[in-house]
Amino acid sequence: MAHSTASTDTHGHPADPSKRDMLELLAGASAALLGAGIAWPLVSSMNPAKDVLALSSVEVDLAPIAAGQGIVVSWQGKPIFVRHRTPEEVKAAQDAKPGELNDPQTDAARTKPGHEAWMVLVGICTHLGCIPLGNKATDVRGEWGGWFCPCHGSQYDTSGRIRKGPAPTNLAVPPYAFESDSKIKIG
Amino acid sequence: MAGLHKSEFANPVINWVESRLPIFTMMQKEYGVFPTPKNFNYFWNFGALAMVTLVLMIVTGIFLAMNYQPNTELAFDSVQHIMRDVNYGWLIRYVHQNGASMFFMVTYIHIFRGRYYGSYKAPRELLWMLGVIILLLMMATAFMGYVLPWGQMSYWGATVITNLFSAFPVVGPKIVTLLWGGFSVDNPTLNRFFALHYLMPFVLVGVVFLHVAALHITGSNNPLGIDVKSPQDTVPFHPFYTIKDSVGMCVFLMIWAGFVCFAPNLLGDANNFIPANPLQTPADIVPEWYFLPYYGILRSVPNKLLGVCMMFASILLLLALPWLDTSKVRSARFRPIFRILLLVWCLTFVGLGICGAHKPEGVWVILSRLFAFYYFAHLLVVLPILGKLERPLPLPESISNPVVRGAMGKVAAVLLIAGGLFGMQGVTPAHAEEEIVLPQQKWSFSGLFGTVDIASAQRGFQVYSEVCANCHAMKYLHYRDLAGLKLEPEQIKAIAAAVTVPQGTNDEGEPKEGPATPASQFRSPFINDKQARSRNNGALPPDLSLMINAREDGANHVYAILTGYADAPSTMKMQDGMNYNKYFPGHQIAMPQPLRDGQVTYADGTPTSLDQEARDVVTFLAWAANPEQTERKQLGVRVILYLGFMACVTYALKRKIWAAVH
Ligand code: FES
Repeated sequence: MAHSTASTDTHGHPADPSKRDMLELLAGASAALLGAGIAWPLVSSMNPAKDVLALSSVEVDLAPIAAGQGIVVSWQGKPIFVRHRTPEEVKAAQDAKPGELNDPQTDAARTKPGHEAWMVLVGICTHLGCIPLGNKATDVRGEWGGWFCPCHGSQYDTSGRIRKGPAPTNLAVPPYAFESDSKIKIG
Repeated sequence: MAGLHKSEFANPVINWVESRLPIFTMMQKEYGVFPTPKNFNYFWNFGALAMVTLVLMIVTGIFLAMNYQPNTELAFDSVQHIMRDVNYGWLIRYVHQNGASMFFMVTYIHIFRGRYYGSYKAPRELLWMLGVIILLLMMATAFMGYVLPWGQMSYWGATVITNLFSAFPVVGPKIVTLLWGGFSVDNPTLNRFFALHYLMPFVLVGVVFLHVAALHITGSNNPLGIDVKSPQDTVPFHPFYTIKDSVGMCVFLMIWAGFVCFAPNLLGDANNFIPANPLQTPADIVPEWYFLPYYGILRSVPNKLLGVCMMFASILLLLALPWLDTSKVRSARFRPIFRILLLVWCLTFVGLGICGAHKPEGVWVILSRLFAFYYFAHLLVVLPILGKLERPLPLPESISNPVVRGAMGKVAAVLLIAGGLFGMQGVTPAHAEEEIVLPQQKWSFSGLFGTVDIASAQRGFQVYSEVCANCHAMKYLHYRDLAGLKLEPEQIKAIAAAVTVPQGTNDEGEPKEGPATPASQFRSPFINDKQARSRNNGALPPDLSLMINAREDGANHVYAILTGYADAPSTMKMQDGMNYNKYFPGHQIAMPQPLRDGQVTYADGTPTSLDQEARDVVTFLAWAANPEQTERKQLGVRVILYLGFMACVTYALKRKIWAAVH
């Protein structure tokens, strides 16, 4: 229906050509707006539905996780790493100089005060989305003892910061809070 | 010898494409300068309208398919998911659902226009036959689409229609098993219907393309039915008919939007809000309105095989129409007798539809036989003979020099009245049993602009939680949905946290319970239907999420039941455990009277009479069944105003463009 306003039409000689031009412009514009109005709800329907948005939080019991170990839980369909760091690992993370980091960020900015032993990360490599290894003590953890991505070799330290490899940024920290000393709520 | 196409476009990019694939030249030829008779009336809009509808149906259908689950366990729920959770899901679904009706309305008018002006006659026979095939494909597509929501009407419609094929001797039962992929309509059936429902529209696009291609060979017919004699008889398609079609399209979209936003379920059936139940057929089973005339023909014949054959023949016969009508004159304007008889035929078609909506008893059987008789007699006897006997009026010299004016206005009025009659009769099937008259209440949410009374719905939620929820689930509602009743997130959290719901399994694999969250479904009072039955005297308390939609005149129905308890008249023998209710079909209901004066205590101090409690809970249920209704009506007002404005602009432009021709 969207008829071109730049019509090459030479038929008919309306009494008032400027009025016709105006009407053509108006009709063309309103048709374009109508098209956009039809497209909007359709495209919008592809965004997450209300039920997906509502499944926003999970609780994790920390008690069973021994120092040096990590677990993976699912939050919004994403793997979340919860790692109980050893004191050495915490120290290594805290001592890193900003100059050594590709994406400088302090360990304190990535943990909760008073709960420095706990590292909670979105376990998705910031390169192209693989899941890095390193939660089990027996996994390959890379030179910095954190996580190692098997896809293209990105290496993360014990704070989940990128140290080497193609990944551009640190592993993300999801929103979470301590409900008690042994329980966190993610989301 | 192949060679590049000669192209004379100024734009070098267009030129490059053009010399390899002359698509712009083609578009220009077929839709730009295409010579079109200059005397079309608005009946010539309907082909374009059907095309617009087909495109919108395909587009909305694709987005629905992204969220629909073709599985008997999930189909009904996934439709509710679309209606409640997917962004604008209700809008897309209602556009698609009502679009089927709009498609048939437009197509039936388009066919009628072809019949009236003789567009099926030489040289347009093939064009017409392709049109009949399009109609058949549309019917198959619409039928399979209707099955997908997997409600009671979907299921039983699928059962009845597929069983039509069992009428054929020997191969019949084999065909039916093949269609079902099993021994009843079941998951394999739903799966293949979904696959085919997705495929068929694209087949339709193909046949529509052929239909249009054939049209562009023969050229369009016109209201005078005479051939184009000189260039003076025609105007270029663009801008003359693009603008005229645009005016029609704006008005058409207004009507469609009106259905979608203000009466989305008017043409549907309440039973389809009840999930499919293979063990129980609904009391009235009626096809969608657009199939009613054929259903009427089917039921007019007492013999199964003959009925099915007649039904198929009623459409297939149209393929032979170009040869059955022996008159050389195309337009009914010049055939006074034909014109009247064609109208009679159309009325019999409408009449068959009305018969199809009624139980085949008494006068309806006789009427449907009369109508069916004329339906076929007109095609097989009247048309061939009339063509030979009738003296047509003198034909005008040419399109530019007409001598008569059409009577289409009068004809359209007659059909409109007949259609209206059909509408009134068709959508409310008459019940043969004792009629229960529901007292009509005034509801905040009824009417075109009515909105849900939130305070009342909130009180209704309290009544539901304290009383109804002891037996009735509402599984399509989540605590988060209460935001629609203007509850604050904190209130919703508190309401949810007070309820204990199953929460999957614990680390040992045992079922676990815990406090609900806003994301949880409303707690179900029973773990499954079996438990629900065994604790309720064998009767299953139905889910209330969709109750208001799932009954004819739902709000008044539920209100009447809640307030309709009384002592049984002495003449009535009550069964054990049953209660007397004035408005329940059969008057014996398993549910004991749920609401009485003072059953709950309202925080806002509203007096708790039975009437008030019932009114509030109905308001709540009406909101729960259609949580989008307020938003929908508001959107409707805006969309219709906008389209109205567009209709005015395009009409003004059309007048300007046509000024030189008239
Ligand atoms: S995805 Fe992890 S390194 Fe490429």
